[in-house]
Amino acid sequence: MTHTPSFRLARGGRLIDRARQIPFRFDGRHLRGLQGDTLASALLANGQMMMGRSFKYHRPRGPLASGAEEPNALFGLGQGGRFEPNQRATTTALLSGMVMQSQNCWPSLDADIGAVNGWLSPMFPAGFYYKTFIHPRAFWKHLFEPVIRHSAGLGRAPSDPDPDRYEQAYAHTETVVVGGGIAGLTAAREAARAGGRVLVLEQGPVWGGRTPVDHRDGQARIEALLADLGARPNVTLRRNCMATGLYDHGYLLAREALADHDPDQGIPRQRLWRIRARQVVTATGALERPLSFAMNDVPGVMLASAVRDFILDYGVAPGRRLVVVTNNDDAYRTALIAQEAGLEVAAIIDARPRAGGDLAQAARAANIPVLTGTGIARVRGGRHVEGVIHCDQSGEGRPTGAIDCDVVAMSGGWSPVVHLYSHCGGKLIWDEAEAMFRPDPARPPLGADGQGNVTATGAANGDLRCAGDLERAEDATMPVWCMPQNAPYKLRSKMWLDFQNDVKVSDVQLAAREGYASVEHTKRYTTLGMATDQGKLSNINGLAVLSEALSQPIPQTGTTTFRPPYTPLTLATIAADARGDAFQPLRRTPIHDWHARNGAAWEPVGQWRRPYSYPRAGEDRHAAVNREILAVRKGVGTLDASTLGKIVVRGPDAGRFLDMLYTNMMSTLPVGKCRYGLMCSENGFLMDDGVVARLTEDSWLCHTTTGGAERIHGHMEDWLQCEWWDWQVYTANLTEQYAQIAVAGPKARALLERLPGSIDLSQQALPFMQWAEGEVAGIPARIYRISFSGELSYEIAVPAGRGLDLWERLHEAGHDMGITPYGTEAMHVMRAEKGFIMIGDETDGTIIPQDLGLGWAISKKKADYIGKRAQSRSFMTDRARWQLVGLESLDGRVIPDGAYAVDAGSNANGQRKMQGRVTSSYHSPTLDRPIAMALVRHGPERMGQVLDFPLPSGEVMQGRICDPVFYDREGGRLNG
Amino acid sequence: MLILTCPCCGVTAEETELHPGGEAHLERIGPGGSDAAFEAYLFARRNPRGVHFERWRHAHGCGKWFLAARDTATLQVFGTYSAQTPHPPAQIVAAIRRARPDWQPHWTQAE
Repeated sequence: MTHTPSFRLARGGRLIDRARQIPFRFDGRHLRGLQGDTLASALLANGQMMMGRSFKYHRPRGPLASGAEEPNALFGLGQGGRFEPNQRATTTALLSGMVMQSQNCWPSLDADIGAVNGWLSPMFPAGFYYKTFIHPRAFWKHLFEPVIRHSAGLGRAPSDPDPDRYEQAYAHTETVVVGGGIAGLTAAREAARAGGRVLVLEQGPVWGGRTPVDHRDGQARIEALLADLGARPNVTLRRNCMATGLYDHGYLLAREALADHDPDQGIPRQRLWRIRARQVVTATGALERPLSFAMNDVPGVMLASAVRDFILDYGVAPGRRLVVVTNNDDAYRTALIAQEAGLEVAAIIDARPRAGGDLAQAARAANIPVLTGTGIARVRGGRHVEGVIHCDQSGEGRPTGAIDCDVVAMSGGWSPVVHLYSHCGGKLIWDEAEAMFRPDPARPPLGADGQGNVTATGAANGDLRCAGDLERAEDATMPVWCMPQNAPYKLRSKMWLDFQNDVKVSDVQLAAREGYASVEHTKRYTTLGMATDQGKLSNINGLAVLSEALSQPIPQTGTTTFRPPYTPLTLATIAADARGDAFQPLRRTPIHDWHARNGAAWEPVGQWRRPYSYPRAGEDRHAAVNREILAVRKGVGTLDASTLGKIVVRGPDAGRFLDMLYTNMMSTLPVGKCRYGLMCSENGFLMDDGVVARLTEDSWLCHTTTGGAERIHGHMEDWLQCEWWDWQVYTANLTEQYAQIAVAGPKARALLERLPGSIDLSQQALPFMQWAEGEVAGIPARIYRISFSGELSYEIAVPAGRGLDLWERLHEAGHDMGITPYGTEAMHVMRAEKGFIMIGDETDGTIIPQDLGLGWAISKKKADYIGKRAQSRSFMTDRARWQLVGLESLDGRVIPDGAYAVDAGSNANGQRKMQGRVTSSYHSPTLDRPIAMALVRHGPERMGQVLDFPLPSGEVMQGRICDPVFYDREGGRLNG
Repeated sequence: MLILTCPCCGVTAEETELHPGGEAHLERIGPGGSDAAFEAYLFARRNPRGVHFERWRHAHGCGKWFLAARDTATLQVFGTYSAQTPHPPAQIVAAIRRARPDWQPHWTQAE
């Protein structure tokens, strides 16, 4: 075997460099292509026509197209983390050493077991899954679903993380032109002359679109335009840049390929452009439509335009002997180009009764047989085209002759690419003459000013001859939706509309007979135009068949909705740098590094990292938690509470405002004192809690939960700006301005008194729920006598920059006392021992304070607060609402958090009735037994009753209802 | 990805810089309001195909709430204005009328 592939033509190929050979591997075979090849052209040059198997029937498939609309030739590319499924062979450039795998086949492309689906195809009509896998019910879970899941999906997902880099960039421009063909470049020149920045995007590596292929002077015209544009400073030209979606107000997403499949370049693989343009020009061209004749999916049946692209662009002959089948003049170009390249053109089969245009005359003059009024009855061949049998187009398919060939070039006319125009609301009109939908200039997408901001131009606007010689005589395209016109079922059931999803003319007709009158329903029922096709090839043919079956005109049927992306975007491009450590900001407290040095096991709390516990050598996280709790209960511990939200509310109306915000009264709080407050939403549900300290006559400091700081600050601003805008109140979120350290335990006061300071910490001077300001260890500080642990506790707030200093001074001073840093889990267990609720444990957005025994924190005197009206709704005052209680486990094991207590009887769905659930559950090291809190129907009235908690294992645990305060019910310790 | 101009700081921002806040000009119902009125206040929202008034916060900007009048079907923006007003101001109403002559306000304009 020589190194010159046998299907490479001796001459031609404007995009390839014959001097540079490129080795690659396909399904384990070592092959060679040329620089400039796509995967498809390289494989064709090697005589490899079969490039995939169809999705449903696993039929052998070759490339149908030469561009982004290719439905069949999809490969898995690359290896390991760089493996990527569903890469189009027709748009992927061949690179040295590339490894590609065919999809949808097992064990191999040639011998695919799944092809048995094709022999069974009469058993797989439209809606097969919906009809078949309904009964018996039990079969679904154990038989049908596993089998379907195994064979479902196009391509396979990579299993390793993507090692490549991706980036995003922004562009703001007056005009963006999508499409670098003759129409796009001409429009760009017009826009550039008018001034303002112009950005031109071309999906492929070369400029010009179809013009250099279809017109003798095309290349020169494109180069002249490029030279003009290149000299203009206000024009940016960007190749390999696929506009995938157009969104509101001129927002366009485009993916630029920088180093696709070539990781050694050391640059990002792709760049996602986020473009905002005042005007968008879609010059996206048109796509050729397949024709529906029997066996139109056999490898070797291709779009006529693709055949001439492979010949002229890559110097590749898709075959030796060609038959062209068409309903228009344009496909005659393929016959002429193929003949000139040395292929034998056996015949042009033209469905139209007459073909008298200039191109048809040229074909006849070149001695190419032209059969008018003729169609293809069926294609011969299985894995490769062997010939066609032709018939009268107006008949039922009775053979009128047979022609041997190995390629069929088909053309059913052209459809403008209207995707971008349609993505954000532009409407289409039906063009009767060319049998196509094109953009309706009277109903374009609108900008913020209500004026149209998208225009289509060239072929994308339905101007199919925009690049051509308008003088040339051309016969009109004749719509052909079924070839031959009156084909019987046997033929119609072999006419493919959607080659990727295996949808045939007969499937759409069946859907219509079964009552699917809406094109959107038919699409979903038959899967027509789904997956990567998105209506590129199948749309018009499919809805024309549907319209005929419904006996209504095509515009009445309409199109399915075009949705972005036009071609798939990798998730990595959408994520770009927002992955790994850069996925979201990490918030560190001023004491973070000390925690890290001292072995903290981290817990993410919102964007913060907080120490869960500080395991020592030989200790796991939970053993550390138990040790930390006992240390606090018996001695003294420190908690980094810097993450707590700290919002200052100030102004003449601040008290009045806080009275609306909290369920209890804050305006009457004396300066120097603290009060625990509850905040509800207007729905009445508890949303946050925390201690409020009155700082001065006109200012309060509101502590929020760690996760709630920004949300609560926003909530305050919302009410101040939008409801009570005439109240004089300012808010400031000072969360990050202060470090806050809780010093808790019976020895807390003794520890603090060892540090030099100006604050009297005695019980008389600073009793529970008061605060004082001064200096601690030379650091300006505010000390709050508040407690979430139930122990004597001081929370010390200092400027953030001094937080670590204070923490270290505390640990030096308390070393001989056994001072112990404790984490969030110790805090959680200790608060549960005390029966304190935790937002997010005891609350879940459906809980009101009254459910939690917090009626004492709801003012009876206030006329109004946010949530008050809601809390008087009938179901909020229902006595049967689940209420907070404690639970004692009967067998000494911890009842799982979230376990439900079952009640007698069943509901209407046959499910056991429930009467409560566990909201917090821990082993208490202080009491050396399990403790739990739960919400139980009529709970507080049922002390001592035992509830059943069935577990997923089938086992039933039991818990006895008790008071939720397990430790120091009198409060002597925290008041001490 | 709408573009709206914040009337507080004057910045023309795109949607990612903004936080949506639902229907504008709701009248708060507090204690004393009937069950029906309160339910409507909490849950019943206008969802017109056409002219609509919305709350937006310039969340990644000046932080202020403002209101926008726009067409939910065509995405035309008739204008943005201060959140501190019980009804759309006259110039917003005029801008809507210019584009939608048949449009009728759903509120009764105070004298």
